[in-house]
Amino acid sequence: MSISVQHVSKQFGSFTALRDVSLEVPTGSLLALLGPSGSGKTTLLRIIAGLECAGSGVILHHDEDVTARSPKERNVGFVFQHYALFRHMTVFENVAFGMRVRGCANADVKKRVLELLHLVRLEGLEKRYPAQLSGGQRQRVALARALAVQPRVLLLDEPFGALDAKVRTELRQWLRRLHEEIHLTTVFVTHDQEEAFEVADRVVVMNRGRVEQEGTPQQVFDHPDNPFVMDFLGNVNVFQGRAQDGKVLLGNLEVAYPQYQHAESRDVVGYVRPHELDINRTPNGNSGLPAKVLQINPAGSLAKVRVVSDDFGIALNVDLTLERYGELKLQTGETVYVVPRRVRVFLAEDYAI
Amino acid sequence: MPVERQSLRRAQQEPAVLRWGLIIAAVAVIVVLVIIPVVNIFYQALGAGLGGYWRNLTGDPDTRHAIWLTLVVAPVAVLANILFGIAAAWAIARFHFPGRTLLTTLIDLPFAVSPVVAGLMLVLLFGQMGYFGRELQAHGIKILFAWPAIVLATTFVTVPFVARELIPVMAAIGSDEEVAAVSLGASGWQMFWRVTIPNIKWGILYGVILCNARAMGEFGAVYVVSGRITGQTDTMPLRVEKLFQEGTNAGTAASFAVASVLTFLALVTLGIKVALEHKTRQEIESAGAMGPPAKESA
Repeated sequence: MSISVQHVSKQFGSFTALRDVSLEVPTGSLLALLGPSGSGKTTLLRIIAGLECAGSGVILHHDEDVTARSPKERNVGFVFQHYALFRHMTVFENVAFGMRVRGCANADVKKRVLELLHLVRLEGLEKRYPAQLSGGQRQRVALARALAVQPRVLLLDEPFGALDAKVRTELRQWLRRLHEEIHLTTVFVTHDQEEAFEVADRVVVMNRGRVEQEGTPQQVFDHPDNPFVMDFLGNVNVFQGRAQDGKVLLGNLEVAYPQYQHAESRDVVGYVRPHELDINRTPNGNSGLPAKVLQINPAGSLAKVRVVSDDFGIALNVDLTLERYGELKLQTGETVYVVPRRVRVFLAEDYAI
Repeated sequence: MPVERQSLRRAQQEPAVLRWGLIIAAVAVIVVLVIIPVVNIFYQALGAGLGGYWRNLTGDPDTRHAIWLTLVVAPVAVLANILFGIAAAWAIARFHFPGRTLLTTLIDLPFAVSPVVAGLMLVLLFGQMGYFGRELQAHGIKILFAWPAIVLATTFVTVPFVARELIPVMAAIGSDEEVAAVSLGASGWQMFWRVTIPNIKWGILYGVILCNARAMGEFGAVYVVSGRITGQTDTMPLRVEKLFQEGTNAGTAASFAVASVLTFLALVTLGIKVALEHKTRQEIESAGAMGPPAKESA
């Protein structure tokens, strides 16, 4: 079932949690709401579920206006950040809860619960209490409980937040596979961009109650719409500069910028990801920034090099392939020339981070 | 544990004289103020043997009525306080509203006010000269010097027990599970009966036990509002006093017999209280353990 969020705003006292948010979740997709804490992503998820009412705006489930409906009528499955399992009920009764309050027959409940416990690989644990389970097991009970009511939509709030790194990676892949099996329209909230990119079909980046950008992980990562998205999705080097007559000057670097053709110069910010910087031993006209090598850290498949640029007075992070690193034979303290392969330029007044 | 204790003792090497002096003083106070009176009550009550004891309790219709009245009034007061306690604890633990701190403080007021003053407040409200007195009399409704006033006075002095017990329990447990129940399609009542109540049941029971003990033993407030009509508005504590004041040997023996029942109930309460304290502590601790779960592998 598709979800459509139209012009939703939400105010908590004087704090604006959501400002005019619109969003489409196509049927069967797996969408991530990605943003820092306080960006409004959890509030949006709760409004979609009906656990919070929208201040203004409309929520459609499959072209049906559900804005005024209760969570029960919306029939969503919700997995809470800390799972919120019923501590006085066994795993079985936790999963059965949604069916029990709907008055399902005992035999049906039993069949469905055992089916679900099989799906989340918790067979044999149905008599345990939540306190006797590990974090990963609790998370899967919460998921089975949400799925038991045969929801039309699955909503997950920071589903992997409270787990350690290894379990988190396993569960991510497992959730992705589960989604491919059952094809339920799913929205999950996360502040971890890696998690969003690995699991989701589509990513919605949120900041301060607004949607900053929406698209596939590839689109959002490769073509960020604004500095916030650029900065939020991983490491980035920031250059201050000026734009004039279709060009941008960042120190002695000159970059074409056809979007700005005015004679009056304006402040701009250039963003370059560490892997988009290269290092040369010789200055090649005006395309390289002189810099001193500060630190070299060959880690895993990359060599992370930190250099200091005298022009900007800032440290830059450069990721070199091990091959390139081998060719260069860099030493700390020597002077090199840093060449950006790609610079994204944003006018400074438009955005403040 | 033994290792810890030993090192603790070594760390606080007080002179033996001081140590034993304090222990003997504490034990002496308890023996004189608690143990001797309690033992004496049972000793006096059973002075005429079990048969006499039974006759003292059940032979006199006025005593029977007093026992019956207490057994009716206390449960009503307890029930009223369960309803009020849950409502107040819910409001205070779940919502932030203007006057929340004031409400929390006011719940404790009956602990601070002398029961006699509480009784007088009811007389001022419902007495013939009181605010509602004339109106009630015109409609033939009798509150003062009848069981409704006894129930009101008892309820007033026991208000804090359930509410005070539940506020910390509900605050520690939080509303996450309730929201989860709603998200799974539970109605308000289903959420309340299936999730809220099971989570706070030991807290409620603990509050009820304390509340009941206080309700059965209440003297001052009931003394003022009941009118002490023998065979009509005497509760057990009032009956104990009245029999004792008779000054006869038979009266004193009967007085101790009734007192022994109250004392026995107090001892039972104490036992249940100790057992329940353990349970409510578990309730609160499990709230902590079930919050953000500790990081662990699956």
